[in-house]
Amino acid sequence: MKLDAKIPEGPLAEKWSKHKFNLKLVNPANKRKYTVIVVGTGLAGSSAAASLAELGYNVKAFCYQDSPRRAHSIAAQGGINAAKNYRNDGDSVYRLFYDTIKGGDYRAREANVYRLAEVSVNIIDQCVAQGVPFAREYGGLLDNRSFGGAQVSRTFYARGQTGQQLLLGAYSALNRQIHEGKVEMFSRHEMLDVVVVDGQAKGVVVRDMVTGEIETHAGHAVLLCTGGYGNVFYLSTNAMGCNVTAAWRAHKRGAYFGNPCFTQIHPTCIPVTGDHQSKLTLMSESLRNDGRVWVPKTKEIAAQIREGKVKASDIKEDDRDYFLERKYPSFGNLVPRDVASRNAKEMVDEGRGVGSSGVAVYLDFADAIKRLGEDAVRAKYGNLFDMYYQITDENPYKEPMRIYPAVHYTMGGLWVDYNLQTTVPGLYALGEANFSDHGANRLGASALMQGLADGYFVIPYTLGDYLATIGPKAVDEKHPAFAETKKAVEDRIQQLLSLKGNKTVDEYHRELGKIMWEYCGMARSEEGLKKAKKMIQDLKADFWKNAIVLGKNEEFNQSLEKAGRVADFIELGELMIDDALDRTESCGGHFRIESQTEEGEAKRDDEKYAYVAAWEYKGEGKPEALHKEELKFENVKLTQRSYK
Amino acid sequence: MNLTLKVWRQPNSDAKGSFVNYPAQNISPDMSFLEMLDVVNEDLVKKGEDPIHFDHDCREGICGMCSLHINGRPHGPKQAITTCQLHMRSFQNGQTITIEPWRATAFPVIKDLAVDRSAFDRIQRAGGFVSVNTGGVPDANAIAIPKPVADEAFNSATCIGCGACVAACKNASAMLFVSAKVSQMALLPQGQPERYKRVQAMVTQMDEEGFGSCTNTGACEAECPKEIKITNIARMNRDFFTAKFFKQEEA
Amino acid sequence: MLTKTFKNDTLMSSLKDTFTSSLGKKLIMALTGLFLCTFLVVHLIGNLQLFKNDGGKAFNDYAYFMTHFTPIKIVSYLLYTSIIVHALYALLLTTANKKARKVSYGAYNGAANSPWTSRNMGILGTVLLVFIVVHMSNFWYEYHWGKVPFVEYRTDLSTGQTTQTELAAADFKDYVKYTDNGVEITRAKDLYATTAFAFQTWWLVALYVLGMAALSFHLIHGFSSAFQTLGWDHKKYVPLIKTIGIWGFGVLIPLAFAAMPLYFFFCK
Repeated sequence: MKLDAKIPEGPLAEKWSKHKFNLKLVNPANKRKYTVIVVGTGLAGSSAAASLAELGYNVKAFCYQDSPRRAHSIAAQGGINAAKNYRNDGDSVYRLFYDTIKGGDYRAREANVYRLAEVSVNIIDQCVAQGVPFAREYGGLLDNRSFGGAQVSRTFYARGQTGQQLLLGAYSALNRQIHEGKVEMFSRHEMLDVVVVDGQAKGVVVRDMVTGEIETHAGHAVLLCTGGYGNVFYLSTNAMGCNVTAAWRAHKRGAYFGNPCFTQIHPTCIPVTGDHQSKLTLMSESLRNDGRVWVPKTKEIAAQIREGKVKASDIKEDDRDYFLERKYPSFGNLVPRDVASRNAKEMVDEGRGVGSSGVAVYLDFADAIKRLGEDAVRAKYGNLFDMYYQITDENPYKEPMRIYPAVHYTMGGLWVDYNLQTTVPGLYALGEANFSDHGANRLGASALMQGLADGYFVIPYTLGDYLATIGPKAVDEKHPAFAETKKAVEDRIQQLLSLKGNKTVDEYHRELGKIMWEYCGMARSEEGLKKAKKMIQDLKADFWKNAIVLGKNEEFNQSLEKAGRVADFIELGELMIDDALDRTESCGGHFRIESQTEEGEAKRDDEKYAYVAAWEYKGEGKPEALHKEELKFENVKLTQRSYK
Repeated sequence: MNLTLKVWRQPNSDAKGSFVNYPAQNISPDMSFLEMLDVVNEDLVKKGEDPIHFDHDCREGICGMCSLHINGRPHGPKQAITTCQLHMRSFQNGQTITIEPWRATAFPVIKDLAVDRSAFDRIQRAGGFVSVNTGGVPDANAIAIPKPVADEAFNSATCIGCGACVAACKNASAMLFVSAKVSQMALLPQGQPERYKRVQAMVTQMDEEGFGSCTNTGACEAECPKEIKITNIARMNRDFFTAKFFKQEEA
Repeated sequence: MLTKTFKNDTLMSSLKDTFTSSLGKKLIMALTGLFLCTFLVVHLIGNLQLFKNDGGKAFNDYAYFMTHFTPIKIVSYLLYTSIIVHALYALLLTTANKKARKVSYGAYNGAANSPWTSRNMGILGTVLLVFIVVHMSNFWYEYHWGKVPFVEYRTDLSTGQTTQTELAAADFKDYVKYTDNGVEITRAKDLYATTAFAFQTWWLVALYVLGMAALSFHLIHGFSSAFQTLGWDHKKYVPLIKTIGIWGFGVLIPLAFAAMPLYFFFCK
């Protein structure tokens, strides 16, 4: 199958308008004859479900949480970008587009990114109208801040919980449609497979997580808004329940997986304290505006710190290495996420890491406190300092914070065309679940923007085109594909429940995470990746022999839920390794040791790798097939990033 | 640290539950409370016993899914945090910790420590929204909102819907939750057109769900991980009575 | 758009709708409670006559006025109703509240998050109700239908001197007042004497003091709580209400009331 991204013709700025006009419309009277299935209720899912129901479609929405409001979009802290130019500082749709393409290290589609920038302005209007309490200035108008090293102030925010406020906005729109009877909501339901009838997605198989009942639901189209797969690393800033199962099942039913190895590692997270650690906590990137990153100059001093013989504040200025300021004099501590992360890892690898584990670097506010006063620092970062204190029991006003990078976001995901449709007709992927807009690296405050853009302003148009094409004829739930898919799900559950070995599912997950973090994390090499591939294959074989899965299907069974998810993560892990092996260049969050400049910086190879890697599942035990979607850059000039 | 856990076990909503004691050994003070439970659960799984079921997701205090009543208090002994943000250093070696689910008739136990809080969803569905469709809305800056009002609305909006207010209240009242939702919309200009309908619809649903009524003890406010104030309850009452007694368009 | 509409055809159905809601019931609690609070103030001012060293004349005058002046009589029936309604609704709400948590906690540390008084309004209220019953049977019932002695006061209007004599039985109805030869003669039921007599009994005094302690704790929470229920949350006035609730109604009024039995027990 040849990949067709369906990018509209014409000048960049007119593509979306023209495309919207060319899309077919569904007759208003016919809309109520269609049913759309939406899986996941984060920003993308809630906004899509609500918007489609408003148009008149019947929607069935599913989430694994106990309420749609708890989807992990809720955890986003920083803000949401929009090219409003309220600050009169030179922002524009084109600038947001350009920054996003460049930030993504030229591995995203121009047309998609431009559309994203274009609709960003509508998102803010929509959210305000719903009653989202964005931060305001004394004049009563919306406040903006600059974020993630952007040169303009285009980030809208709601204190430290922009994600929650936006999600509550989308959730309220969803609630309104549930109230109207247009959306039927299924909480505590986990999607376990897609039903494909004659090559088209026509339904899903879900498990009621309370009763264990396996249900099939039919619809004219299926929207996967199921988020990212960062939990493949076991430790990440994702919620415990975030998983790849829905996307992975779809992949196995024919949806190609795009750029699976593109993961974003966030530099300012609270370091791991021990094997018991279940998740990592992110602290806002804004900390790097005033904090200085350093490690001791020598291994000997670092060793003394690790043993608790000396305190960080006792280390003399001459014995400190402010490595980001030293290596990147013009950007200093504000280098992009991937650069900051990689350098921290380098320091730790050199044996200069700090903290009892030695896997951390310092983020020091002593200078800021001296310059601005403790009160000013408290006013700016008080809540983050408190959070740090709660978790570590250390006072960051007195001793420097310890930070270390952690997996945060996955730019990869199901491959979709311009209409957000996967390679399976009728199956769509929105938000973090798709691969489309962030290239190899996502800019701060852009994830919320993309989720809402897809749900509010893209899918209501593009889905109509497909639905108009297939017609409103009811989906035949009697079709054998439904029973077959259900059977396959049940068999797999039985297979999992038959595992009565001696290792817990968590142990496998931790092991998988360690492999992925070590070999497919911040720096990747051919040798390491090959080794990891073998390790994962062994792990998979071992899992299906020696894992312990308790209980039965017909009950609330968290043991079973976890097992199914980890089994899918193991398979995904292998695909990520394959993808990382294929891409021998370094770009964005993907750093191949073999591809660096003389100064040790990431070196892109636009000649060979200006493509999206879309992987096709070929069957159990068979290598996946790579399809390449060439990326054409007609509007921006490709440049090598430099922060020196 | 070595601790004894006294945990409520209940196989499903129909079954009768009881407390079961479990030892928690070699617990690091750096662990979060839920990580401590993970450790205990992994031991249970290895022994082939059903692990303790509890709700949790983001583990950073924002999703509102975790919901444990620890030693007589929702989210444990510390204030302004959720259970997932509670660390074991807040306990002493040798201590016995009683862990229970939220107790409220409107929050039936699903299994062990997990309860069904869909009553909260239904209350919000009854009217916790502004009736605007996607698209066709005015520019975000078309209406200026005084900063103190916007800030106050934000304070109400920080509610994470965890249900600690209900769990803490001796009457299992949901007034703090409902009033926070009502307040956010009542304060903002966007919420005005449906302000008085909304409060009536949400209060009616709240009563139907079987929550108790407020006796203004302030326990909810003290235990709220997001420090939502009971001034919200006063505001909701005012709106409710205004709607009932003074608003002609509501009659 | 909300599909559920709140169109009420009649005023009655609208009121029913309002007062069967949890908030409506709370409104009744707050309104009756506050009305009882205003009564306390009036009652206290009247009862302060007990401290007047005039052989009870002012007090007995006041007692007659309170029981025979029509507007006051109307208010007093409102008062009795308020007490009953307040207690009844408290019972209704408490029953509903108990139903809202059918399974109680194995461990419950209410002291960590709320004041004792606020969690025990029911117990305090029950003590108060018992007190009110005892109190009314002691004085209200006795005054109306029981055996209260009679007293005659003769005040020489030129000197202002008053003499009093017990009257064995009444040859008048309740109260007479006239002037004869420059002497004002007042004959009345001697509730003062009844009071003075009653408060010679130590356990009754103890019960009254206990009753006032219950009143104190009930009002420390109740007074400001009523304003909260009514929706009065203004930043400027809430501290004032709290102060009045705690120091005025929680301390001053119960103390002044408690001083009365103690005064008679120890000083008379």
